[in-house]
Amino acid sequence: MSNQFIPATTGAVSTNGQELNYLNNGYGLKSWLLTKDHKRIAILYLISVSAFFMLGGIFALLIRINLLTPSGVFPPDTYNRLFTAHGVIMVFLFLVPAVPAILGNFLVPIMIGAKDLAFPKINLLSWYLYVAAGAILLTAIFAGGIDTGWTFYTPYSTGYSNSNVLLAALGVFIAGFSSILTGINFIVTVHTMRAPGMTWFRLPLFIWAHYATALVMMLATPVLAITVSLMALERVAHVGIFDPSMGGDPVLFQHMFWFYSHPAVYIMVLPAMGVISELIANLSRKNIFGYKFIAMSSLAIAIFGFLVWGHHLFVSTQSIYLGLAFSFLSYAVAIPSAIKVFNWTATLYKGSISYDTPMLYALGFIGLFLIGGMTGLFVAAVGLDVHIHDTYFVIAHFHYVMVGGSLMGFLGGMHLWWGKMTGRQYPEYWARAAMIIQFVGFNLTFFPQFILGYLGMPRRYASYPPEFQTLHVLSTAGASILGLGLGITIFYLLWSLKNGKRALANPWGAPGLEWRTSSPPPTENFHVTPIVTWEAYEFAPIETMEVLGYPGDPGKSTQPVSAEHGTED
Amino acid sequence: MSLMNWMLPPQASTYAPEVDHLYIFFVVTTIFFTAVISIAILYFFIKFHRRSESEVPRPIAGSMVLESAWTIIPFIISMFMFAWGAKLYLQEYSIPGNSTDIYVVGKQWMWKFQHPEGQREINELHLPVGRKIRFVMATEDVIHSFFIPAFRMKEDIVPGADHYSTVWAEPTETGTYRIYCSQYCGTNHSGMTGWVTVLNDRDYQAWLSGGAAEGSMAERGAALFQQLGCITCHRSDAQGQCPRLEVIYGKEQLMSDGQKVIADDGYIRESVLKPLAKIVAGFQPVMPSFQGQVSEEQIQELIAYIKSIGSPEVTNTTPGQVPASSKAAGNGSNPLSAPPIMSPGGANIIAPQSENARPHQPLPKLTPAQQRIP
Repeated sequence: MSNQFIPATTGAVSTNGQELNYLNNGYGLKSWLLTKDHKRIAILYLISVSAFFMLGGIFALLIRINLLTPSGVFPPDTYNRLFTAHGVIMVFLFLVPAVPAILGNFLVPIMIGAKDLAFPKINLLSWYLYVAAGAILLTAIFAGGIDTGWTFYTPYSTGYSNSNVLLAALGVFIAGFSSILTGINFIVTVHTMRAPGMTWFRLPLFIWAHYATALVMMLATPVLAITVSLMALERVAHVGIFDPSMGGDPVLFQHMFWFYSHPAVYIMVLPAMGVISELIANLSRKNIFGYKFIAMSSLAIAIFGFLVWGHHLFVSTQSIYLGLAFSFLSYAVAIPSAIKVFNWTATLYKGSISYDTPMLYALGFIGLFLIGGMTGLFVAAVGLDVHIHDTYFVIAHFHYVMVGGSLMGFLGGMHLWWGKMTGRQYPEYWARAAMIIQFVGFNLTFFPQFILGYLGMPRRYASYPPEFQTLHVLSTAGASILGLGLGITIFYLLWSLKNGKRALANPWGAPGLEWRTSSPPPTENFHVTPIVTWEAYEFAPIETMEVLGYPGDPGKSTQPVSAEHGTED
Repeated sequence: MSLMNWMLPPQASTYAPEVDHLYIFFVVTTIFFTAVISIAILYFFIKFHRRSESEVPRPIAGSMVLESAWTIIPFIISMFMFAWGAKLYLQEYSIPGNSTDIYVVGKQWMWKFQHPEGQREINELHLPVGRKIRFVMATEDVIHSFFIPAFRMKEDIVPGADHYSTVWAEPTETGTYRIYCSQYCGTNHSGMTGWVTVLNDRDYQAWLSGGAAEGSMAERGAALFQQLGCITCHRSDAQGQCPRLEVIYGKEQLMSDGQKVIADDGYIRESVLKPLAKIVAGFQPVMPSFQGQVSEEQIQELIAYIKSIGSPEVTNTTPGQVPASSKAAGNGSNPLSAPPIMSPGGANIIAPQSENARPHQPLPKLTPAQQRIP
């Protein structure tokens, strides 16, 4: 069996004796800004997305500072701009691109045994579009701000707001095209560039999740572009589409906006679910229980995700029969998510569970996503939603899904593949501590908000009744702890770039194709096109894994650790 | 119980305890499933932790039985949740016929209320305990949302001339509770709050008799009907060039394009603001818009007046087919002719006047000069 594996390192050697990889294969700004290498583009995304994430986080902390006192710290106009900035940055510039554009870009070609994505130039273009969108949104935020909320509801946005709505619309429009291009690239790549032997049902679940996500990106995002264009048209040219005083219908905007923005929730969370499948399988060395069910549930979520937008309109005067239909469909979309959680849990049974950081993130994801998903059932129940709609209950619910889900998945994936991407390993002790701090901080931030919401605290309030102060102070305390945890992670990841242990080709003893090439991989990913003869998550006997560069048990290892994969710098 | 008080807002409507029962069911279900899965994960996490770096466990194939079980059981539970939520929703949005109307106007950034008896309030609302209250709501600018947590009641107020947003509640406990705007509406969104005070019948009657020297809403509406010159065309003897407005409220009207429309609050509001949107069969589109000339409150007063002269009777009214005499009716509403959202209500305003109704007599076409309304 071992002869079916590809040797991890047979590559060319650079002048200074180091093996040539995608990072040392060319220096200088031009080699980065004009690169067509999906791995370098992933790094470009990593830098820009992280910068926006930190900025969005700063806005979040300012929001929480404002809510320390019932009367608020900032004037209402400032507060309205703060929460809009937080929402716009986190949704369009962090959550949507985080996992697919960074981890997806880096891993999709490697995991299927390809040299690159199908359209490398389009891939670079989508990064430039992302940066352009980011620059425009930053201009909108810092040159006066946007005060509509990230949802841009009409007629407020088209007829009443005196803020940079048009600029924001332009930014969102362009960000959407970045997302569409990434989606098309993934779909074509997965269809046409799989290595010999890499059949559909041998694909890692990370690929299935990204394939489903790419479908949603490609089909839903154009509607967002149309919606913000119509909004801009009405604001500038007074074409009556949404504003009833010009003959429009404001609820039409909500239908169109959520027709994108609800599937967008799945753009944010499906790739993270793909990451979790990898984390659980690789850190418990178990084949995924119910592989096909998890793969198909990703597609089911992508399809059902298109049919539930109306559950954002339960109190928007839409027909009560529409309300009932959307409620029913929302319960239907909950089932595939539940199937995933059950299968992940079953995968752990009789596994060989590592306590390393990626596994902690995977468990953190399941715990938080469980609460996020279960509270999704609350808001899907029409009769109950009437009370909790537009309150902090909803805020807490979607932060459990978005932060507890997407962010935990993203960070877990970053830790699993950090060595692969950068060539350096993160410090395990610090990473575990940071993860636990984040988990505690997150729950302290958002759990009180469920209670606040049921008590009636509406969202987007710059000031609030004094009886809610205790819960708000708890939430702000939690946000500080969460911020500290994230700060530690950012700090040690940057520190590890110089000081981390050199990463092994296969530090986890994992069978995926990305672990059968060096860390970091060569520019062409594999020196020889791999031929896949194994099933997904087929964990080989440890002796075989050692051929692949896994150090195994240091005491028993039959394979001397080679100089390139030495652990100490 | 103290935990309950801390977790739940005051229960002050018939709907509130029912929503809370559903909520508690969800909370218990969530805790149960979260606990089961978390315990399973933590147990596996400890029991199956990696003993040696070279350990590779034996693979386990999937199980169709388990997959089916954890697909079907959650589906059944979720359908139960759906049905329970749907039942409550239908209840909240099926407006009972025998309700008292409170007229609500939201604007940046205040709440304005009008009582049928004539009282007007800003950011404060007094309601009687034990009576079904229908809130008939309009906005002067952007979308607002009328939210009273103690009633577990909320509805967006969407701008647009052709409808009112309606929602209802029956207060059960006297006391003072918060009102919020829950749909973001601009700078002072968080200042768009108020108080609802629920009074027992005696206190409410005392409160009603305390103010409002300007007469009831219907009386003010009658005065407006004169002032604005509506009466010139909408003549009670049906000799005007516009439909006679007696005995139309809550009844089906035949339009010139053949559609049938219930003459409810929303229809009357549209007819004032956008009179050309729907033309009653047999009449000419001659009415000018009163957009900008009447406030939302005045429209509500006009509606109250039209309601007061219309008998909420069962018969469908089409031109040329009006009952010979309309009976003074009480709280009757026809569940068949009225959709659940906009059923005719508000019967306790003023006893409808008895009228000698006559068939509509569509008039010959008028010259443009004649069409101008003073």
